[in-house]
Amino acid sequence: MKIALLGNPNTGKSSVFNLVTGLRQQVGNFPGITVEKKTGTLQIEGNTHTLIDFPGTYSLYPRSKDEQVVYSVLSDNQAEDYPDLVIVVVDQSNLERNLFLFSQIYDLGLPTLMVLNMTDLAIRNGIAVDVEQLHTFFPAAQIVSTNARVGMGKERLMTAIAEIAKANPEKRNPIPLCQVDDVSCQEQEAEVRYTFIKQIIALSLSKIEKEKKASVSKLDRVFVHPVFGYIIFAAILFIVFQFIFAFAAIPMDFIDTGFAEFGNWLSYSLPTGVFSDLICQGIIPGIGGVLVFVPQIALLFFFISILEETGYLSRVVFIMDRLMRPLGLNGKSVVPLMSSVACAIPGVMATRTIADWKERMITSLVAPLMSCSARIPVYTLLIALVIPKTTILGVFNMQGLVLFGLYSLGLVSALLVAAILKLILTSRDKGFLMLELPSFKSPRWGNVGITVWEKVKVFILDAGKVILAISILLWALATYGPSETMRNNIAKAKKESKELCLSEEETNQSIASAKMESSYIGHLGHFIEPAIRPLGYDWKIGISLITSFAAREVFVGSLSTIYAVNETDDVNKRLIDKMRAERRADGTKVYTLAAGASLMVFYVFAMQCMATLAVVKRETNSWKWPLIQIGFMGALAYFGAMITFYTLS
Amino acid sequence: MSAKLSDIKNGNCATVTSIEDSSIRLKLMEMGLLPGREVTVLFRAPLGDPMAIDVDGYTLSLRLDEASMIQVEEHTFAFA
Repeated sequence: MKIALLGNPNTGKSSVFNLVTGLRQQVGNFPGITVEKKTGTLQIEGNTHTLIDFPGTYSLYPRSKDEQVVYSVLSDNQAEDYPDLVIVVVDQSNLERNLFLFSQIYDLGLPTLMVLNMTDLAIRNGIAVDVEQLHTFFPAAQIVSTNARVGMGKERLMTAIAEIAKANPEKRNPIPLCQVDDVSCQEQEAEVRYTFIKQIIALSLSKIEKEKKASVSKLDRVFVHPVFGYIIFAAILFIVFQFIFAFAAIPMDFIDTGFAEFGNWLSYSLPTGVFSDLICQGIIPGIGGVLVFVPQIALLFFFISILEETGYLSRVVFIMDRLMRPLGLNGKSVVPLMSSVACAIPGVMATRTIADWKERMITSLVAPLMSCSARIPVYTLLIALVIPKTTILGVFNMQGLVLFGLYSLGLVSALLVAAILKLILTSRDKGFLMLELPSFKSPRWGNVGITVWEKVKVFILDAGKVILAISILLWALATYGPSETMRNNIAKAKKESKELCLSEEETNQSIASAKMESSYIGHLGHFIEPAIRPLGYDWKIGISLITSFAAREVFVGSLSTIYAVNETDDVNKRLIDKMRAERRADGTKVYTLAAGASLMVFYVFAMQCMATLAVVKRETNSWKWPLIQIGFMGALAYFGAMITFYTLS
Repeated sequence: MSAKLSDIKNGNCATVTSIEDSSIRLKLMEMGLLPGREVTVLFRAPLGDPMAIDVDGYTLSLRLDEASMIQVEEHTFAFA
């Protein structure tokens, strides 16, 4: 049996989903559209049922990209995901508004199961629902009470599903929906429904009147306070990023060296040849390059989902909305931009919750300007290379200040570009917020864990495919080249090594370097040299810029190969020594302060991430937006780097 | 006293009388903001915008320009 799970946002729908499916979940997409589809399986009495989690909505009629899928699946009985049973999660403490969606779904005529959730909150608010009375208004539906957050009601829910599966009820005659664009029909429907719901509420809900009807909670007094509200948000950001940068480094180093050593070990163990090279130099570093970001992404989503679970995140949206609006952004842009500091891929995916097309677009377009974790290895190398280890004003470390400056540059440019895009993009509708601020709750760790697991999985699958493919392509381009020049260069490197009495290892490295220079990618590096000379770069940097399209941190690896530095050594130190010694034909240094700074600025701005481009393409359903993104970010990078180079040299 | 919802002070109560015809009217109605609904203004964000209101037990935040499309009748008595 195919079961659809629906409900308003903040009704504990995902708790219900996790309650009945446990970890037997899969994340995919609804066919033809890019909305995330969570499916889970449950087994009752030997029968396997599929549960499909739909995005939380207040109505069948959509108001955001996410919500469209609810209407399109439920209004089309030929749809692939058209269900045999609909479970609607209803928040008892907020019955009236929840019954709006429920009554719409009930009228579709499908077998319907109402899950009256949040029993505890209702009791706390002095609300009691007369379930039998409620049932008389929806005679064909089953009603089950649960408190999914604490795991209460699982048995009742499973039994009810089993009974429906056994009874296999007929589909009732549906009351037709309005057309999706017929607003006046929908408005009429809303009025009729709420009049009907008023009668239901009058008969089936009893409320203990409290002295004060509506009051502001103590937590809200603090969280939206003009001063403390922002201080608390800043403090939370500080803690989150402290974790992401300082503590994620440990597992990241472990993954990094692990893959490097595994690749080396394998290259000694496997018979030499193209196949072994492909595995050891193309595929394994490619997979390592994906997995190395997992700790940061997992930590970030661990925190974000805690903030979301507790209800705090909607307060952030609330206090940030007015600040973001002049920039063409939305309070809901804060989370995508925050996520992009770890990785722009989950950042862009998180923009789906923004209902307004223009605000969503702008957020996706500027998100990759936030300095992501793949830029860290590049920044670290370049800072160590050209920025002196001096202290300013006695306390500030110069290198630290520069790093901070690069992050700030990314943030400021994201906001400025957003403000410009606001003027350029024309919107069909006016932006709107209309956000529910749910009551504060303590987080459910099970839900947090599942969210983290899902985000990591999506990152590995989505970004992983692209990064891996590009890694292999770049490996091929760096390994093969016009055979004539390649043979000559290798012979030359061998001869030179012999004359200089180099060790076997050093000889191999210098051959690798010669190979790279005469490979296709080496030719490409030479080819683009005239274009990047005004930025202060030579063809070797050119090669590294090209290879950075797989992932930015590949920059470091490419330079190591070009400068013939063994990967497993303390790469940075030896690489820095070699880079410092690098001279141009006229004897001047290549890596001057000006060239180094210009490179840093280039990496702040440039859209060197195929995986993000692929996600933006998928989210916007066209190549237009990723191309625009490459264009404006490329222009920013090129001219920003050029200005930096000329100012400093 | 007839007013826009956006002009109601924090802590005050009002009854919705009508919503301006606009692209968001339907969405406001679906969220339970229909003529006759009693709402309480709870608090505003630090810069005065958006505002948070209580709609029958749940908290809804609206931008001021969204709230200004909602005509209300303000109650003469107020809840602290």
